[in-house]
Amino acid sequence: MAMMRYILQRLLYGLILMLGVVVLNFFLIHAAPGDAAEVIAGEMGGTTEEMMAQIRAHYGLDQSIMVQLWIYLKQIAMGDLGTSYHFNRPVTELILQRLGPTVMLALSAQLIAMLLGVVLGVLSSRRPQGILSGFVSVFSTVGYAAPVFWTGLMLVILFAVWIPLFPVEGYVSARFRGTGLAYALNVAWHLVLPATTLGILFLAQYARLSRTAMIEVLGADYIRTARAKGLGEGKVTFNHALRNAVLPILTIAGLQFGNLISGALLVETVFNWPGMGRLAFDSVLRRDYPTLLGVLFFASAFVVLANLLTDLSYRFADPRIRTGGR
Amino acid sequence: MTKAVSPLGEAWGQFLRNKPAVAGLALLIVIVGFVLYGHFLFNADPYRIVWGPLTAPGEREGIPLGTDFLGRDIFVLLLKGGGPTMAVGLSAALLTVVIGIAMGALAGYFGGWVDDLLMRLTEFFQVLPALLFAMVLVTLFAPSLVTISFAIGIVSWPGTARLTRAEFLRIRELEYVTAARSIGAGNSRIIWKVILPNALPPLIVSAALTVGVAILFEAGLSFLGLGDPNTISWGQMIGQNRNFLLEAWWPVAIPGLAIFFTVFAVSLVGDGLNDAFNPKLRSR
Repeated sequence: MAMMRYILQRLLYGLILMLGVVVLNFFLIHAAPGDAAEVIAGEMGGTTEEMMAQIRAHYGLDQSIMVQLWIYLKQIAMGDLGTSYHFNRPVTELILQRLGPTVMLALSAQLIAMLLGVVLGVLSSRRPQGILSGFVSVFSTVGYAAPVFWTGLMLVILFAVWIPLFPVEGYVSARFRGTGLAYALNVAWHLVLPATTLGILFLAQYARLSRTAMIEVLGADYIRTARAKGLGEGKVTFNHALRNAVLPILTIAGLQFGNLISGALLVETVFNWPGMGRLAFDSVLRRDYPTLLGVLFFASAFVVLANLLTDLSYRFADPRIRTGGR
Repeated sequence: MTKAVSPLGEAWGQFLRNKPAVAGLALLIVIVGFVLYGHFLFNADPYRIVWGPLTAPGEREGIPLGTDFLGRDIFVLLLKGGGPTMAVGLSAALLTVVIGIAMGALAGYFGGWVDDLLMRLTEFFQVLPALLFAMVLVTLFAPSLVTISFAIGIVSWPGTARLTRAEFLRIRELEYVTAARSIGAGNSRIIWKVILPNALPPLIVSAALTVGVAILFEAGLSFLGLGDPNTISWGQMIGQNRNFLLEAWWPVAIPGLAIFFTVFAVSLVGDGLNDAFNPKLRSR
């Protein structure tokens, strides 16, 4: 019951944040030089004053700003993010098409980073001064300092050009006609390099973090007790220590989602991956504001949702938070 | 008798004993030196076409790093392109730190509704995916070095704000703050003269790391073609040459290495500062 109330509270809070994003979006478009009518007119390749007035009336641009905000909010509440200037189709529809590839890329990268990172961190925590520990520290600084789009391009040169193991770019092979499993495998084959690129960016952080957390936990009294009881090292490490070290890792995982989206944006551009980032990039080039702001809206919603899920998994992982310390 | 050493002097001593940090600092000085003074040494026009496009490094004498897709000298471009990258990195980091400290200090010191309000604002900015939001800002308002620094600063401050707030929450309960208040020091004096100097060490570390993040950010925007179109920058070089990646790797690889080494040096210095200010953490 308390859990349900908590979830509802968090959802409501998330909605308020999203409302903030929408209002910010609205005022940003208005603060920009020139108005939508001019952009649309530009896309159409010039027009008369009369046409401009018509466009303004059609988009409600001749109303007062508060009225426009109200219209905008009502539209968004009904799931209408406006019409793309360039594609001349509903923005929501455009984004929904692109949502799948982005989520797939972001989650695969997160999975690679977390699994490998935690394994590396746990292994190196067993010998804080060992070679693996040194490797983790160096790698975490290196992984942080390389621009993610550059890492992607270098991986392309290495594993798509010099050693042609993977495709240079794209989502699925151009003349691929398979369906079902064959199709999924083809997509997965295209996913390897982008997901690895994005994963490397976060892998180092997870490794470093789980190493620190594990070293701390391994020094605790209950670990000594567990060892004294005669439990094997594997059991102590994974059942006793890692369970307690997992909280800080979860915290970072949740906080990472915003960065994950930013990284995905660059990686999608590098690999021509047909996700939201690629769409954002294309709409920047075409000054297609509704689409760009629509992507910002969806990406923010994704972060809000990810934060909510992190909070919940937190409560799941730590009974003390779940019961409020009782 | 031992000489009294100020805390800052002691931290500096610690820093100098940290080999990676000193190496990072040296590397940083070399890179900054090249970027600032390089074009005096090699007085050349970066826009000049010196040889055929995509000449490999070392293929022709006098063009050590080869040419880009237009046949311009990559080495000269590199010297010229570092300036904007670093200028934006520094000014964006400065803006981040100023906004972050102001927000965090007010929230942490006053608490109550001020804290609630400012922290909600911080959370709001953390929800916006930084690069995407910066892209929106740069697209809506013309891309110039100022807009770009502003865009990066406005999306990066929440981390600094949280850190500052945590420090202020801790320090405002300490006795010397009570002492300052009891002799009649006003709020602004306590915030800026009493608490802030004591909160500085972690903030300096975070500022150093912020410079690295801002440089990467600028590189990302320039790579996407959203940088200032009137200047050369490392990220932009990568973005322009990537269409020729399959024919020539060097015009893409070399500017990336420049970014990498700069950020790497900055983060080594940042880590070194961190260790110098927190000797207790060194055992980890």
